[in-house]
Amino acid sequence: MAEPVQPSGNQKEERVPVLQQILDNPFLLLFIGVVMPTVFYILWGVMEIVTIPIAN
Amino acid sequence: MSELFRTCPRSGLVFHKPAETLIKLNAVTAVVFLAVGGILGLLVVMTRWPAVHLLSSELFYQVLTGHGIIMLLVWIIFFEIAILYFCSSTLLRSRLATPRWAWLAYALMLGGAAITGVAILQGGSSVMMTSYVPMPAAPHFYLGLILFAVGALIGCFVFLGTLVVAKNERTYEGSIPLVTFGALTACIIAIFTIASGAIILIPTFLWSVGYISEIDPLMYRVIWWGMGHSSQQINVSAHVSVWYAIAAIVFGARPMSERVSRTAFLLYIAFLQLASAHHILVDPGVGTEWKIFNTSYAMYLAVLASMVHGLTVPGAIEVAQREKGYTNGMFEWLRKAPWGNPVFSGMFISLVGFGFLGGITGVVMGTEQINLIIHNTIYVPGHFHPTVVLGTTLAFMALTYFLVPVLFRRELFLPGWAKWQPYVFGFGTALMSLFMMGAGTLGVARRHWDMAFSGAPFSFEFGGAAYMMMGLTGIFGVVSVIGGAMFVIVVVGSLVLGKKIEDKSEYTTTRPAILPLGPAAPAHHGKGFVAPGTFVLALVFLATFVVYYFLNWMYLSSVWPMN
Amino acid sequence: MSALLPPSERIWGNAPLDKVEGTWIAIALVWCLFMFFMMPYWHVFGKQNYSGEAYRTTPAAYSAKVEAMVEAHTVRKETDQQIPVVRPPAGSDVYLAGRLWSWYPALELEKGQTYRLHISSLDWQHGFSLQPLNVNVQVVPGYEMVLTITPDKSGEYTIICNEYCGVLHHAMMGKIYVVDR
Repeated sequence: MAEPVQPSGNQKEERVPVLQQILDNPFLLLFIGVVMPTVFYILWGVMEIVTIPIAN
Repeated sequence: MSELFRTCPRSGLVFHKPAETLIKLNAVTAVVFLAVGGILGLLVVMTRWPAVHLLSSELFYQVLTGHGIIMLLVWIIFFEIAILYFCSSTLLRSRLATPRWAWLAYALMLGGAAITGVAILQGGSSVMMTSYVPMPAAPHFYLGLILFAVGALIGCFVFLGTLVVAKNERTYEGSIPLVTFGALTACIIAIFTIASGAIILIPTFLWSVGYISEIDPLMYRVIWWGMGHSSQQINVSAHVSVWYAIAAIVFGARPMSERVSRTAFLLYIAFLQLASAHHILVDPGVGTEWKIFNTSYAMYLAVLASMVHGLTVPGAIEVAQREKGYTNGMFEWLRKAPWGNPVFSGMFISLVGFGFLGGITGVVMGTEQINLIIHNTIYVPGHFHPTVVLGTTLAFMALTYFLVPVLFRRELFLPGWAKWQPYVFGFGTALMSLFMMGAGTLGVARRHWDMAFSGAPFSFEFGGAAYMMMGLTGIFGVVSVIGGAMFVIVVVGSLVLGKKIEDKSEYTTTRPAILPLGPAAPAHHGKGFVAPGTFVLALVFLATFVVYYFLNWMYLSSVWPMN
Repeated sequence: MSALLPPSERIWGNAPLDKVEGTWIAIALVWCLFMFFMMPYWHVFGKQNYSGEAYRTTPAAYSAKVEAMVEAHTVRKETDQQIPVVRPPAGSDVYLAGRLWSWYPALELEKGQTYRLHISSLDWQHGFSLQPLNVNVQVVPGYEMVLTITPDKSGEYTIICNEYCGVLHHAMMGKIYVVDR
């Protein structure tokens, strides 16, 4: 590893943007890809069905 | 432990032996199922062709159940597992993680497909791919599907494991290639898909053997479509990543922007699966907010992603072609593309067909209110054949033409057939789908044996136009099957009779060199309007989209007011 | 072949957009947002919507409601199966049942009047498909869907089934007659 001669400048250049950090993390992506549809599609959908009133 | 690798001299790809064997096996199995599903498809189309009306009612529904399951699940997921192994082990030059588990995955998938296949053949499980409760199927119908899904899930984890192995063993540096990233997207969607399938099919299996007294049919529909629709989203992600791969293979095209393309895949990961709601739009209950939010992939963000891929794939090709000197006018880059190479022509027909026919109709029919005039008509298969057949299947066929010499070290058998195959298959499928949409707009139902309603207490006649459209559906369906048969003959012929390629490509225990980085973009990149031809094509696409969208609203506004 | 290789730049997550992509993304995003807001817009200003009104029921309970309506308002019987044709009062609740393999009963409605059309299934899932209008909804046993409809043209309309429900699925047919007052 190179010596941190100019730590602030170097680090600034090397900092990985947040978007790239997300895209480079397969397991974070897996988490997003499972949680989003589970919450918005499945859980919300099941709630909708459960709350359908009973016919009189 | 010695890991065996070989380098393909033609393509420079590095194959890990166990991965190579598994890729071949999964792909060949897939093609065998494609052939079977194609024959069933021929029988379906010959029955829906009113002048032919081939099968009996009972046999028709049995064959249609088999066709749906084999094509939409078995063929395509076997091929996708091959793609996952290819995109992880081969593209990253890594050993495949846990080949034994990959073998188990294969065995479970094959066994599961066989068990469900037997259930359908026995005749008591003609319940369509959707197997909506409370219509019962034999218990082993569900059991086979569950085993198949478990196998596919294991395959997904082998893919993820290989990503981890490659990273730990530093077979590459920086980020994974874009194509592998697309495969990761497909894998993630597959995991949600399979989880949804398990949540609903396991209780349904228990219901079929009597352990559970009742499955709520509405709950079944919502959760089943979490599997049924999302599994088609695996296909979308996989074939988009195949498009990128083929653009790179044929043209050496760089992605226009890694950031844009990967962000588009991220939008798929987050939102694409919500569109399972397309099937629930005219179901009783289930609130309007849920329907609007989910059917629009949260404000159409996944549609945005597809529109981005639809631009960046041809855009990358255009940039690469212009760098080679095809700079005359708007479209020289496209005219001078290798239209006689089925790897390219298949991919490009897939892209155009998926966008114009599959994509636009999917969004239009997935609009909450417009679904009222489309739900369950033959318009629906008219939409999903261009997505799954023209889009996914043709993209996979194009990739196969590239992989046969590379993986099996055989030249293509009947290269003249291979050259024409994408056109025959693409043309047949596209026109079949257009006529199905036309007939659906006139009210013809999907999954329906007799549009003349023989034996009904009342009478009702569809007009001549509907009959003509269904006749043309039949004719072009046969053309499509001929195109599919050409593919199977070329591929199977190549494996058996193709001339052996005598390249030196021995397995060695030497670890392959680290994967090089992609070539840097030339300095002038990003200045000016780099892909004007593609941009014009994109505007044509948008104009078509807008016109068709409003036509359907107009049509909707003409029916009875209802609330 | 860089889509098959790692990105050439180690840091690519903040690369600037080129003009082609940037312009297209902006146009596509506007179109996507437009399509999204079109749906709530139609709920407010459009005339063809399903509001989501539905109730949980059972085949037996629903069947009883259908029979009560048939008892009270049958005006004639049709076909050799003696299928009742029911003419419910304008504005009332109308009950239609899908079952293996018929739509029961046939209905006679007045043009320009509004009815609350209840639809449910007594056995498996069915697909209510009104021809030649081509209005289609899913019919699910255990759930009673309510569509408030206003037939605006007189004539003979046919209900076919477009959700597969077994070997005689194609023979499942019903009628809605819309008559002038």
